[in-house]
Amino acid sequence: MTVDMLSILGAALAVSVGAIGPAFAEGRAIAAAMEAIARQPEASGTISRTLFVGLAMIETMAIYCLVVALLLLYANPFTQ
Amino acid sequence: MKLQLHPLQTETWFHIGPVPISAEVVVTWVIMAVLVLVSWLGMRRAEVRGGWLQSTLEVTVEAIADQIKAVIRSEPWPYLPLLGTLFIYLACANLSGVLPGVVAPTAHIETPAALTVIVFFSVQFYGFKEQGFAGYLKRYLEPNPLLLPLNLLSQITRSFSLMVRLFGNMMSHEFIIAIVLFLAGLFVPVPFMLLGILIGLIQAFIFTVLATVYVGGAVGATEAG
Repeated sequence: MTVDMLSILGAALAVSVGAIGPAFAEGRAIAAAMEAIARQPEASGTISRTLFVGLAMIETMAIYCLVVALLLLYANPFTQ
Repeated sequence: MKLQLHPLQTETWFHIGPVPISAEVVVTWVIMAVLVLVSWLGMRRAEVRGGWLQSTLEVTVEAIADQIKAVIRSEPWPYLPLLGTLFIYLACANLSGVLPGVVAPTAHIETPAALTVIVFFSVQFYGFKEQGFAGYLKRYLEPNPLLLPLNLLSQITRSFSLMVRLFGNMMSHEFIIAIVLFLAGLFVPVPFMLLGILIGLIQAFIFTVLATVYVGGAVGATEAG
């Protein structure tokens, strides 16, 4: 196994494992927001704006994994 | 045929003197020129009963001001020039990738990085302006002086994630289209491009809302996110 192959494996692993947690979390957040909107349709503006901000926060974790994968694939410090 | 993609590299179009000008810079300047021209045309002879362009611009500004007001719960007008410009520019920049031959400037890391630097320093500036020098610095010591390193770290990481979120979303979307086109053929990526319009608008909205939340946190109107 060369460093290149290990980097590709690491990148795939980082994205695939790192996407699981945020996916579940975003699903729960959206389900809760749906419930809240169904109960109180008049507050849907506030709820959806807060939901977007919260989703962005959750998504950050997945994006960190994406950054790690991109660094491994395109700017790998160990292969140059 | 070989698929050549590099997410961190930019393509140089031409040089002005020693300065290399990339495609993103050209697109950014074209967007800026179009926005300035449209605003100038709409507001050249502003009247109480304006034409369709003036009304459209006024409705846009009012809508953005309402959104900002709902987040920071105080007068939105001091912050509207920065945040409104951010949203309108980002919406145009994200959507410009739909035009054939145009690269969305936000799909390369330089543009989100520059915008994030602007937001970072604006947040500090508004904080100092609203709360005074000592008052704003005291916020870093709350709720406990022990948390000073964490407060500083959160300032940096949230700016970093603001940058990478925009860049990652726009860039990965471009990548998906390129890969699907490479694997499947000419008309298969069309649904992905439609999805890209939605993603571009949502990302512009999220970037602006997060910048608003940070500004609101700095001026003391809301909790910092």
